[in-house]
Amino acid sequence: MAATEAELLDALRAGDEAAFAALVREYHPSLVRVARMYVSSQATAEEVAQETWLGVLNGLDRFEGRSSLKTWIFRILANIAKTRAVRDGRTLPFSALEDPARVPEPAVGADRFLDTEHPRWPGHWAVRPAAWPADALLAAETRERLADAIEALPATQRAVITLRDVEGWSSEEVRNALELSETNQRVLLHRARSKVRAALEPYLEQA
Amino acid sequence: MTVEFEQLSCRELVELVTDYLEGMLPAAEHERVDRHLETCQGCRTYVEQMRQTIELTGRLTVEDVSPEAELVLLEAFRAWHTA
Repeated sequence: MAATEAELLDALRAGDEAAFAALVREYHPSLVRVARMYVSSQATAEEVAQETWLGVLNGLDRFEGRSSLKTWIFRILANIAKTRAVRDGRTLPFSALEDPARVPEPAVGADRFLDTEHPRWPGHWAVRPAAWPADALLAAETRERLADAIEALPATQRAVITLRDVEGWSSEEVRNALELSETNQRVLLHRARSKVRAALEPYLEQA
Repeated sequence: MTVEFEQLSCRELVELVTDYLEGMLPAAEHERVDRHLETCQGCRTYVEQMRQTIELTGRLTVEDVSPEAELVLLEAFRAWHTA
């Protein structure tokens, strides 16, 4: 990839295929993941991502760099995905009714804790988590369980944890790309990470 | 006279972990969590497991673009450039 965004833009506008291919490799998988939050199938998400690249090409000459290229590409995606979702009669994510902060979802099941009215230890661990063995953490099977746990998350949580923790985006980049408030970004990340930890627990405790 | 903060319970702590690790808790809250962790082995293990989960997630690799999709897109790029 070109050293600076300005250089990259020049290369793209000059028709440099390698520069475009590198950009596609960098962002396409994330575009599909984010699109998956809006549309109902993997195939539609793939179509939306491909359509996004056409939108990027169409707008490239007018792109003024007021936001980063990444942010701009993901905005185009969000618009196309929303239009597609509406056309397919889908409810959009993060609508008022689906505000994640409104529906509590505990990080750890209530049965793991003593009662909040317990005379001595209210809300304390009833069953404490046991430390995970270091060698099991690195096992290929742990990796598979982890990937499965992420795959099983609701699409919005899956998108947030993938961008933040797999791809290492900042919370601000994720907020911009997914059009999330700071609170919702953190609530979704918290739920995603908590569920993934919980999914690893039964397996790693026996390891 | 000093006002003692009410003790944080383990059940409350597990809901603050992400804000804690992201450095998003107000200073007084952050300190409450630290003080709880000093005396609670269960929560220390829990926070450690959250850190391990994040680290392991960071080692997953992102899937690649399918060769078909890449071909289609490069085709579109060429068409765009020559248009």
